[in-house]
Amino acid sequence: MPKSIETKHYEERAKFFDDLRRLDRRGFMRVAGLSAGIVAAKGLVTPQSFQLIEVADAATTPPSKPKFTFAYISDTHLYDRKANDRFVRSILKAVDDVNRLDPQPDFVLFGGDLAQLGQKEELDLGAQILKGLKAPVRMMVGEHDWFLDMGARWRELFGQPQYSFDHKGVHFVTLMSVNEKDFWTAPGYSPMERMKIVAGLDDGRQSRFEVGPEGRDWLKADLAKVDKKTPLVVFSHSPLYKYYRNWNFWTEDADDVQALLKPYQSVTVIHGHTHQLLTNRIGNISFHGMLSTAWPWPYAPEGLPSLTVQMNRSDPFSNFDGCGDGRIDVLESGLVDKLYNLWERDPVTVRASYLASGKDDRPPATKLPSY
Amino acid sequence: MNTALLAMYLLAAPAAPKHELPPAKNDGVVIGMCDGQTSLEVEKAPDTREDGQKVSNQLMAEWKKKNPNARWDVAQVNTGTAAQQPAAKKTEGASAAAPAAPGTTARAGHTYGAFSERDQQIWKASTDAAIAEGKAVFHDAKKLGGTVSISCDMCHPDASNTHPETYPKYQVQLGRVALLRDMINWCIENPVRGSPLADDDPRMKAMEAYLYAQRKGVALEYGKH
Repeated sequence: MPKSIETKHYEERAKFFDDLRRLDRRGFMRVAGLSAGIVAAKGLVTPQSFQLIEVADAATTPPSKPKFTFAYISDTHLYDRKANDRFVRSILKAVDDVNRLDPQPDFVLFGGDLAQLGQKEELDLGAQILKGLKAPVRMMVGEHDWFLDMGARWRELFGQPQYSFDHKGVHFVTLMSVNEKDFWTAPGYSPMERMKIVAGLDDGRQSRFEVGPEGRDWLKADLAKVDKKTPLVVFSHSPLYKYYRNWNFWTEDADDVQALLKPYQSVTVIHGHTHQLLTNRIGNISFHGMLSTAWPWPYAPEGLPSLTVQMNRSDPFSNFDGCGDGRIDVLESGLVDKLYNLWERDPVTVRASYLASGKDDRPPATKLPSY
Repeated sequence: MNTALLAMYLLAAPAAPKHELPPAKNDGVVIGMCDGQTSLEVEKAPDTREDGQKVSNQLMAEWKKKNPNARWDVAQVNTGTAAQQPAAKKTEGASAAAPAAPGTTARAGHTYGAFSERDQQIWKASTDAAIAEGKAVFHDAKKLGGTVSISCDMCHPDASNTHPETYPKYQVQLGRVALLRDMINWCIENPVRGSPLADDDPRMKAMEAYLYAQRKGVALEYGKH
């Protein structure tokens, strides 16, 4: 099959930057000239955007070639197709985004909250749409998937919510971190009432998220086999730290979970639920939030980690602003660069070097912070 | 409280008392004052600002004669910027903002007369009920008249990021000055995919009550972007 123009463009681009990483100044000038020549020879009037700006960037940044990348789609909050088509269009847009990545990611993390109210038709619709992804999918569960039937349908479709796997030298762990203590039996809430209470971010009748004692025991046993030098990447729907309790931007037993992760040299947590650009570092653990395809959440009124550079206030007049998907580049160190592919805005990369230093490679700040 | 009850509360509540004016004695026009008691008769209805002011001054003089000890707060002229406004004058006697001490039934000399702690409790309960109803509407796609199961709280938990204190302001995307209710209606029409509410729809009133209540203590800053 002949390659599309776009594929060729990205292949050329990737090779161009690969070559640049190995260049000295003199060689850099030669390649830069060469690339301009190629562009001219092709009769393109406008040079591609990457030519000058990113060349300069590449020339000053030390090489840190990703060992591999994976992509994510998260928090799609699907209703049945008949009830709401907007969120369906959004997840389809994300699937298109990820399928267009070239080279393809090693796998795609789905970050939880596939469904809005945990209903069979919602979960089935999501499962069907995710089958359109070319790369393999790793599933994570969110509270919106769970509290109608306590995960029954989700498990039928996707298996156990807690599992681990090894990939190219990195140990991956997926946690079920949206357990809640029983708040429904005593008041006699029906399953749908329970689901809707949990689905209300500001509904104080629910409990707080937790991995829970069983989950932590499982994690402890799983990690017992893993060498302390092996990089860990943990997937969790809840943030695995304490950001804002009222909205469950919060994990009640975060301290206990962090204690289990502490002995490892390199730990990264990728979490959903918060629908915003969110960065944190606690000790050896780096935390990255994921964007939602459905809607952005505002930043909470308090507790925002100081490392977070806020994303721009989203435009309510746009269907997609503040939403998106993203990619995670796992570096040779085992740390990650996290790309937020914000739809209708410039993408933002939060680099491992920023989290490590707290100041280098700081992402660009917004002009319009939250109210 | 459901929407129907709230409608009764907000709309079908007893109408504000109306000043029943005495009939004209000399074929003129009777003009009443806002105290509900004072009135005077003039030959014909004033048709210039000057004549209107004369009538107004006469009424005011009459009222002051009847209430020699009442305190009259002169309204601030509020057309300039904040920096140009004179500081509110402190008046003697009880401060208008201070709540009545428990058990007291009056605030001396105040224009609006006496109210008790019980009155205040009733007022608070009524206000809280309106706010609670607003919260219920805000969180319920059906009550909002939505057609895609989307409610306001899905993007605005605890009414966050609604910033009612910044209205009125020029809403760039609309190309005109918008009030809070214009934005509420915009959201109802677009993400929520319902029909815009009338300005006096009890749901609109209740939601405004809820949004403002959530920003208690935040400085009013109309026009802020």
